[in-house]
Amino acid sequence: MGRYIGGRVVSMVITFLIIASLTFFLMKLLPGTPFNNQEKLSDAQIVQLNEKYGLNDPVAVQYFNYMTNLLTGDLGVSFQQDGRQVSTIISERIGPSAYLGFQSLLVGTILGLFLGIIAALRHNSFWDYGTMVIAVLGISIPSFVIAGLMQYWLGVKWQLLPVAYWDGFAYTIMPTIAIASIVVATIARFMRTEMLEVLGQDYIVTAKAKGLSSTAVVIRHTIRNASIPIITIMGPLVVGLMTGTLVIERIFVIPGLGEKFVNSILTNDFPIIMGTTLFFSFLFILVILLVDILYGIVDPRIRLAGGKE
Amino acid sequence: MERILDVNDLHVSFDTFAGEVKAVRGVNFHLNKGETLAIVGESGSGKSVTSKAVMRLIPDPPGRIKQGEIKFGDRDLSKLPEKEMQKIRGSEISMIFQDPMTSLNPTMTVGKQIMEGLIKHQNMNKAEAKERAIELLKLVGIPDAEGRVTQYPHQFSGGMRQRVVIAIALACNPRVLIADEPTTALDVTIQAQILELLKDLQEKMGTSIIFITHDLGVVANIADRVAVMYAGKIVETGTVDEIFYNPQHPYTWGLLGSMPSLEASEEDLIAIPGSPPDLLDPPKGDAFAPRNPYAMKIDTEMEPPLFKVTETHYAATWLLHEKAPKVEPPEAIKKRLRGMAPDEPIIATKDGERNV
Repeated sequence: MGRYIGGRVVSMVITFLIIASLTFFLMKLLPGTPFNNQEKLSDAQIVQLNEKYGLNDPVAVQYFNYMTNLLTGDLGVSFQQDGRQVSTIISERIGPSAYLGFQSLLVGTILGLFLGIIAALRHNSFWDYGTMVIAVLGISIPSFVIAGLMQYWLGVKWQLLPVAYWDGFAYTIMPTIAIASIVVATIARFMRTEMLEVLGQDYIVTAKAKGLSSTAVVIRHTIRNASIPIITIMGPLVVGLMTGTLVIERIFVIPGLGEKFVNSILTNDFPIIMGTTLFFSFLFILVILLVDILYGIVDPRIRLAGGKE
Repeated sequence: MERILDVNDLHVSFDTFAGEVKAVRGVNFHLNKGETLAIVGESGSGKSVTSKAVMRLIPDPPGRIKQGEIKFGDRDLSKLPEKEMQKIRGSEISMIFQDPMTSLNPTMTVGKQIMEGLIKHQNMNKAEAKERAIELLKLVGIPDAEGRVTQYPHQFSGGMRQRVVIAIALACNPRVLIADEPTTALDVTIQAQILELLKDLQEKMGTSIIFITHDLGVVANIADRVAVMYAGKIVETGTVDEIFYNPQHPYTWGLLGSMPSLEASEEDLIAIPGSPPDLLDPPKGDAFAPRNPYAMKIDTEMEPPLFKVTETHYAATWLLHEKAPKVEPPEAIKKRLRGMAPDEPIIATKDGERNV
């Protein structure tokens, strides 16, 4: 197991460096430079700023400098915010994003598993069909449409919840629903299919033949085995959730990392673009590793295939 | 002899979109203490459904026990509430399944799977149950039981897994063990080992066994009595000797004739023509009549009752009626029957000569 994880970490570092390089060159293809759209600056100042941040150097030199700094842990300074450290900006902004992400993931997963299990146990009943309707809606309606509808009805028309901004729990409800909808839908659908699959397995009959109650059969033998494939889709789901957050944060004016990320692209704030992209990439890679490790814990067959016999 | 299980007029049906499939249509049999009853028949004859009905493991819906009683002691299992049935399953009646590759939970150690029943039925704590699980693994002949108890099913071979399944079934010393084709998925050498194990355990524990199979070789090896099923009914029942030496039903002749043996030449292997009837709409009269070369007019009109041959031997064929013409089994089958004499050992195992 240890050796397996070691190998995975090495490939993670390589993936990370490739992402950093690709992002760097893609970013350089963006139209405009960081300082050409600010009327307050004189031409002389722009030249001076470009010189200061090394933007006049050849791209290859800039790339080399950036990667050297990156390897020493230096993400650079923001062009737009008085030279503040990118790492400081990220750590300031991560709070609301992380909170929103975790809350959505937690609510979405629990609700999704619950609906999926109910739908499978009450196969072909009202519960089953109801859940699947919710799931199809959740997958097919984009989260920003759900967000807009909620802002209009819950926020403006009925005045139940604050329309936007970030100031306490009430402000998290609508964004959480908007982000969690896709999680609920995906997991409910998957869990239902997996549960039905497992319920048809021979070992479920064996468990029943032992005299176990139906609750014990479902909890001990069905849900555990049905959730193994769920863990696999959790990786891509978390990734999707993070990108979904970018849009949702902007709609609800939440001062999170996503909002900063979108703004940095609009203003060509190169170090921020790089910093946030790398931060998100790091999270993605980490999540995928965690999923693989978790997979091995839940399914003993995989654990052994990857490590010692 | 003490009757431990008595099944009377059991009917099991499945409701499908096409209509009601009458899988079991009035089955009667009993099981004596300590004996092995083999239920034989081809696929779809209702033998597995019958055994699952005794365990009340027929998925409902679509299946249901339509009528009949399953007397176990003074209780009728067909009408017992589910909660009561759970107390019987695994503790008084257990089951072994066909495919050991799929009948164990792949994500749970074999020890835990054995312990579950013990904890449920015998109020053992985890430590006691684990100790008993190790004992059981030793009992079913798994070497290094202490080390194996914490392993997962994928670390066992097919034969070893079937031993684990047997350990699970025998965990609470059940009075009845239902073995649903337990050797079908195993290769022949392992088959023989598993049969030996079952016989051995039966001797030690005094369990009564219902052995479901389509393999007459296995029947000759393990059974005391045999019930032959066809199209959801028992068409002939008797002791092993009666069924093998004096079969009365043309279907039993067909089954015996279609069994390959070492002596028989290739031409001697006789297939039963046709295919089993559609149980969505069972035919009038004897269900075997369309495939029966000895069928008489009455076979298409009326179902034959069980005619008594001896005290223990019954067969449902009009050929046994006093007005029926005397019919002898085909010569080829007679020849086969002579060749199959159980006194003639075919395989010798370490503890003596056996017929496989």
